[in-house]
Amino acid sequence: MTKSELIIRLAEKNPHLYQRDVERIVSTVFDEVSAALSRGDRVELRGFGAFSVKNRDSRTGRNPRTGETVFVARKSVPFFKVGKDLRIRLNTPQV
Amino acid sequence: MAGSTVTRAQLSEAVYQEVGLSRNESADLVEGVLNEISDTLVRGESVKISSFGSFSVRQKGERKGRNPKTGEEVPIKPRRVLVFRASNVLKQRINTSLNPPAGNGEDSSGTI
Repeated sequence: MTKSELIIRLAEKNPHLYQRDVERIVSTVFDEVSAALSRGDRVELRGFGAFSVKNRDSRTGRNPRTGETVFVARKSVPFFKVGKDLRIRLNTPQV
Repeated sequence: MAGSTVTRAQLSEAVYQEVGLSRNESADLVEGVLNEISDTLVRGESVKISSFGSFSVRQKGERKGRNPKTGEEVPIKPRRVLVFRASNVLKQRINTSLNPPAGNGEDSSGTI
């Protein structure tokens, strides 16, 4: 499922809304999560999961081809941990 | 780099501000987005959100684990796990905002 398919499905379930509004709703949700992570905040959505940012310290790495040492700057990477309810649902046989 | 936590409440508020539906309906729609994603994943289908990232379900085989406290061997059953891969756009946005490249003091002396 892509973002546009998500919008279509949501629009089908909410026939009283303009598709334009559904698009804005979906975009707003992901924009807010992105903005929070960019501030270094955590996003916790109980039952679904939590997004957070992990910091990787700077380190001296090596170019595996040349063996040359290179400085790798400190970086921040997004991380998602699945929530309990969704994890259980993923492992419950469907009817 | 604060450590505050964003929850459904803030997402609903943002939708309320942005779209102009009632607060209640905004909250329902945020829930609707999460449910639609969850249901799709539970069916085993992946979800790709451009410029955000993708969620996919991976099947894990059975393997032997060990209770770290007792050293006892326990089987870990086959299971399905959810994997999120952030898009490059999101990774870059987070990284440039939290580790601004300007005035990289430690960088200059870092190379050995």
